[in-house]
Amino acid sequence: MSHYAYFVAGWLIVIGALGIVRSRNLVQAIVCLAVAQSGTYVLLLSVGYQWGAAPPLFSEPATKPTLHVVDPLVQAMTLTDIVVSATVTSMLLAIAIQIHKRTGSIDPDELDALRG
Amino acid sequence: MTRTVRLVVFGAGAAVVGILGVLAILVLPAFGGPAHAYRDAAVPAAVAHGTSNAVSSINFDLRGLDTFGEETIFLTSVVVIAVVLRSASDETEQRKKSAGRPLDSTVFGGLLFFPIILIVGLDVVTHGHLTPGGGFQGGVILGTGIHLLYVAGTYRLLERVRPVRPFEWSEAIGAGAFACLGISGLLLGASFLANVIPVGSFGTLFSAGTVPLLNGVVGVEVASGVVVLLSKFFEQAITVRPAHRRAAKTDDKSSSPRER
Repeated sequence: MSHYAYFVAGWLIVIGALGIVRSRNLVQAIVCLAVAQSGTYVLLLSVGYQWGAAPPLFSEPATKPTLHVVDPLVQAMTLTDIVVSATVTSMLLAIAIQIHKRTGSIDPDELDALRG
Repeated sequence: MTRTVRLVVFGAGAAVVGILGVLAILVLPAFGGPAHAYRDAAVPAAVAHGTSNAVSSINFDLRGLDTFGEETIFLTSVVVIAVVLRSASDETEQRKKSAGRPLDSTVFGGLLFFPIILIVGLDVVTHGHLTPGGGFQGGVILGTGIHLLYVAGTYRLLERVRPVRPFEWSEAIGAGAFACLGISGLLLGASFLANVIPVGSFGTLFSAGTVPLLNGVVGVEVASGVVVLLSKFFEQAITVRPAHRRAAKTDDKSSSPRER
């Protein structure tokens, strides 16, 4: 099946979202968000893949660089994506720590009271 | 909203997204095909700038402004975490007297791998323009590798080897140096973050112009940022003790009325 990788990416995003919806633990919800974000890595990398192509590295002095490599642009975007995902995860974990200190709970269902 | 209602709402949304997603994916170009317009544009540009690793060339040269934004996001998140996880006024810092000793095999493994990991991290940073790697990846290796001292030693040893204050400084200096390199591109060349240094001979350590320099400053910033970030989480887990559990504490002193 020629679109298999795209379906894997879509599946990861949906299953990560389902994990967030069903979560009873904020840390688990944050990990589920990371799973959903990893779907975007799979999507980006599979967009740039080409059968039989080399990695986008050129070791010898380039007289005539071959274009038969996988797309380096989406790989660079994946790197950006991973950095953003890591920062988001760490910030959410910091907030989860403070929520636990304030309320004594990390179950999202118990955090339904608005405080002014 | 009860859990059942939430699941039903999610199921309806996921079904719509799933159907539209399948329809969209089926008209995409087939996986692994030969048509890559961005690749055809980016690879000659990377080679023209003397960068062996096309991914690094895109990150630090062709799309340098994006990486500046990415690096700023990282800096900001470390600052946010330092603010969110600061000790509250009624929390005290405590230190356990005896934290126990790690296993001998753990100590041996930690001491064995500590120098290796630092060298690998430096290698990944300095060769980011030649081989896979770069400032972000190498910085994370360096920043986390230091914490082998905690795994193999004690928290006190880690605190002695890794005073947080200089890392806070070096993180800011790394971010500032990135901006300064960008501005020097503006002054000497055409635009912000223009590659103004001679690109050297292809495939050698001193090539690719500003790319290895930017990799270096990003490596300094990310390594320091990871150290600062992890130190905040370590403080929460190890030294900070809440004064007393406040089950339902309103944060501000004015005790505004609660809304439900």
